[in-house]
Amino acid sequence: MKGIVTVLGKDSVGIIAKICSYMSEKNVNVLDIAQTIVGGYFNMMMVVDLSDSPEPLASLAVGLETLGRDIGVVVRLQHEDIFNAMHRI
Amino acid sequence: MTAMISIHEVQETVRMISEANLDVRTITMGINLADCADADYNAFCGKIYDKITRKAERLVQVGDDISREYGVPVVNKRISVTPIAIAASGCRCEDYAEAARALDRAAEATGVNFIGGFSALVHKGITPEDRKLLDSIPPALAETERVCSSVNVASTRSGINMNAVNAVARIALDTARLTSERDSIGCAKFVVFCNAVEDNPFMAGAFHGIGEGECAINVGVSGPGAVKRALESVRGADFETLCETVKRTAFKITRVGQLVAQEASRRLGVPFGVIDLSLAPTPAMGDSIAEILREMGLEHPGAPGTTAAIAILNDNVKKGGVMASSYVGGLSGAFIPVSEDHGMIEAVLAGALSLEKLEAMTCVCSVGLDMIAIPGDTPVETLSGIIADEMAIGMINNKTTAVRIIPVTGKKVGDMAEFGGLLGSAPVMEVNRFCCADFVRRGGRIPAPIHSFRN
Repeated sequence: MKGIVTVLGKDSVGIIAKICSYMSEKNVNVLDIAQTIVGGYFNMMMVVDLSDSPEPLASLAVGLETLGRDIGVVVRLQHEDIFNAMHRI
Repeated sequence: MTAMISIHEVQETVRMISEANLDVRTITMGINLADCADADYNAFCGKIYDKITRKAERLVQVGDDISREYGVPVVNKRISVTPIAIAASGCRCEDYAEAARALDRAAEATGVNFIGGFSALVHKGITPEDRKLLDSIPPALAETERVCSSVNVASTRSGINMNAVNAVARIALDTARLTSERDSIGCAKFVVFCNAVEDNPFMAGAFHGIGEGECAINVGVSGPGAVKRALESVRGADFETLCETVKRTAFKITRVGQLVAQEASRRLGVPFGVIDLSLAPTPAMGDSIAEILREMGLEHPGAPGTTAAIAILNDNVKKGGVMASSYVGGLSGAFIPVSEDHGMIEAVLAGALSLEKLEAMTCVCSVGLDMIAIPGDTPVETLSGIIADEMAIGMINNKTTAVRIIPVTGKKVGDMAEFGGLLGSAPVMEVNRFCCADFVRRGGRIPAPIHSFRN
């Protein structure tokens, strides 16, 4: 199962590092990363593979949200199907 | 993943949810109660409670799980049941108040916020059981929290049952009086229909129709904020661009609903029924039909051009939505409830929007006169007249129309009625003061209309 992580917030040092180390702790494999910075705002999207993680998606999402709050950005993890449904026929 | 989703597409989805209030408005489980029939009334009430709580045991949990995993709010989880006038018709009893209480307890036990189906279908005639149900509506709505009631009094195939219209007008006034200490909120849980649909997931008019299966999952999508946001990017563009933008947005909104519906259906082991393609507002800023109409270029809803604007909106939501879902049904229209839409309230307060203009809007937009507060001393005949007009629009135009109007006991034009929560608040609106008593008192049935010579 794949998920999409989005990160939005003011740019600062170590955002990707902190999120990636959380992923590796939870045995989540990062497949792809894309990012843009517009007007000092950091916009990132990660495609991740959750198949081998011992934790269900919902609790990973809560963990990432909490981590995001600690480092001052908004982090979301959503099942990839919502994006496929909306943008692919 | 088929073709890789781009960061821009991901951002668009995230913004639609986080900034434009995109959500799935309701997952409604329809449950057949016909097999609960029992001559023993208490046994019947026990059976319906048991069946509803068994079938819907995991409904709220599944809705919340899906919401967390897909990152899209699933605002309401609800239940609709077989019209009680039919399900309870074999019971030996004086009234159906205990059945309403059983529904209320079942709703509370399962954690849903509303249960619909305290209903009767009387568009052609009223059986003794229908009569019992009609008489039970005012106390049932006063005594219960979550039970919703609807009565179908007209259809294109059979005409308008004016005896039923007069009965429901009286029911609305009685319900208003019985719930007067809460601004007649009972009437917010009561809808009168022409051409009621059997698979509507939206309250207060949901019931599980007699042509339905044992159990079904019907989903109502929403997202007026997402449509408004999309229209901001094409300000001043021509109608072709306007319509295409609404269609594209409606497609995306509906795909989310379809995904959630299929997932809920799979997890609950209950067949997927329909997606209801309605734009449903809430009292929140940025979740309003009125804001869309203003974005289209109207100073306020009610200004000349409003009927055309709502027609365009409604039609293009359907055009975009139909391709996004395998089964479309329910009401599928734009909702224009006054109390649940801050922009509609503003339009009324500004003097832009009248009851008559709202009526005109319902000719092109599915749902009817919805959540409109009128003076509590409105004569019952006038209420019958308002309902008859709305039923005639549905009957002649072969569409569903509804009336959910609140004659707020003790309040007059200019006062505010406060219902709280999703039901919002409404300014008490002016009603035409001329009399229609001799017309509505004729009683009997208005015959079915002709359906050729369609001009």
